[in-house]
Amino acid sequence: MLIMERDLNESSRVLTVQEAEADAYDVERVRADFPILSTQVHGHPLCYLDNAASAQKPRAVLDAVRDAYETTYANVHRGVHYLSERATAEYEAARTKARRFLNARHDNEIVFTRGATESINLVAASFGRAFLAPGDEIIISEVEHHSNIVPWQMLRDSHGVVLKVAPISDDGELDFEGFENLFTERTKLVAISHMSNALGTIQPARRIVDAARARGARVLFDGCQAAIHLPVDVQDLDCDFYAFSGHKIYGPSGIGVLYGKAELLDAMPPYQGGGEMIKTVTFEETTWADAPARFEAGTPSIVQAIGLGAALDYVTGVGKERIALHESDVLGYATQRLSAIDGLRLFGTAPAKASVLSFTMDCAHPHDVATVLDRSGVAVRAGHHCAQPLMKRLGVTATSRASFAMYSTRAEVDALADALESVREIFA
Amino acid sequence: MSDDLRELYQEVILDHGKNPRNLRQPEETTHCAHGHNPLCGDQLEIFLNVGDDGLIKDVTFEGRGCAISVASASLMTEVLQGKTEAQAKALFDNFHDMCAGDEEGETNVVDPEIEDDVDRLQVLSGVRQFPMRVKCATLAWHTMKAAMEGRRAVSTEDED
Repeated sequence: MLIMERDLNESSRVLTVQEAEADAYDVERVRADFPILSTQVHGHPLCYLDNAASAQKPRAVLDAVRDAYETTYANVHRGVHYLSERATAEYEAARTKARRFLNARHDNEIVFTRGATESINLVAASFGRAFLAPGDEIIISEVEHHSNIVPWQMLRDSHGVVLKVAPISDDGELDFEGFENLFTERTKLVAISHMSNALGTIQPARRIVDAARARGARVLFDGCQAAIHLPVDVQDLDCDFYAFSGHKIYGPSGIGVLYGKAELLDAMPPYQGGGEMIKTVTFEETTWADAPARFEAGTPSIVQAIGLGAALDYVTGVGKERIALHESDVLGYATQRLSAIDGLRLFGTAPAKASVLSFTMDCAHPHDVATVLDRSGVAVRAGHHCAQPLMKRLGVTATSRASFAMYSTRAEVDALADALESVREIFA
Repeated sequence: MSDDLRELYQEVILDHGKNPRNLRQPEETTHCAHGHNPLCGDQLEIFLNVGDDGLIKDVTFEGRGCAISVASASLMTEVLQGKTEAQAKALFDNFHDMCAGDEEGETNVVDPEIEDDVDRLQVLSGVRQFPMRVKCATLAWHTMKAAMEGRRAVSTEDED
């Protein structure tokens, strides 16, 4: 978050007072854009704090999806008719938006997938097959989501690569020395989450890339959380792959992005076979289309991609830096309120973190906590957060997790803290 | 606190959740199985000691989980002591219907021998109002049934 604080200081120097006021983040105006936020749950206003699992959708996305179905829907890249041309143009416009969002160099470096899980599976299957030999090594970390563990285990089992796990510190940061010690001349890929879904801790992406580059290894970032909360510039990071999901960044589910450097994507074999990904097909031989079409076999998630484009426009329109500052304020307030609750233990307390508070209470299991909170309208996640090895590392079976978004408020944090007090009343 | 929360977390449940009965390794085991709820990561082990006369001499469990799953396991071990396998199966059916059956009151005709136990287990009926928590309540029972049937492991995702 330091980067953003610096940005704020720099921008506040050039703003007049009036401009600064006009620029103030109006969370109520943002909330008004999300129809679902006015829902009542069990007689209480919805307090949606499960954003790391999936975020709610602004009207701009809902309208874009509806509008696409009502006015421009047809299959893409096939028909010469009017609607197909329009649908193709919209679908490709969404690709351009995703490219700008990550500051990739070319549109053809953006592959649409079903989500980050498919993005990572694509790299494991395609890059793994083309570039990794038995005995080659991949480094992941203890903090990973299952989606950045299991595809590599499958590659290990099918292809004989070696999986190494970089340690993290007790507060959820990458143990950088431990990480660097894992490199050997066989290390070919580092696959690490840019920001932890379970803890919110942010890993030092630039240092990771530098360490890998120095030893000739490629780098994939699981950017599911980071793409929402942090500035991401894949050229500046110089990573080889970057994956994120649409539904966590206020877009539809069923759409995700894989950024890959052009020279890598061009050299990688297809992931799935089918329509769209070919140049010519005979029964004897098929030649592949160029990236990204090569990796988009079959009819893609057309409308979902258009919806994702609208979500990226929406986030960019409000301003990622301003959103991050707002979320940082809410996270700071939540950290302070929850720290004051008896018997509550926070996980992932490293200073570099964003938008996620993982915790346990000594008097109640996370599932009981979540049930009591739900009856107050407060939605949190309870469980292992698809990161069972991390839970084991932290010595717990599960935690409760409150995760914040651009529409989260201090009042919601108060509702969470009050509901946690009633957990204590029942169980302590 | 809302009424359905009060109904779910009754004193008896909180008590069994905090001070589970028969939470121990048994001296002798004829049947055991491992139960797993992959949704929350809860795991428990149920141990049965069935005598030559077909009566359950001892039921114990090990593991940890939420208040509902621990209380349910604890209550189960109490009501199953001294029962026949058929009675244990009937209690399973009743309990399952109570937690997850389509309609309340559809439970089968109850053997008078286990009527008191069926009544006792009613304390967990509040879970009906919490569909996401039904599996917490039924985990121990599914595991017990698996143990009886000679299966070593059961997951709540395999059963309805």
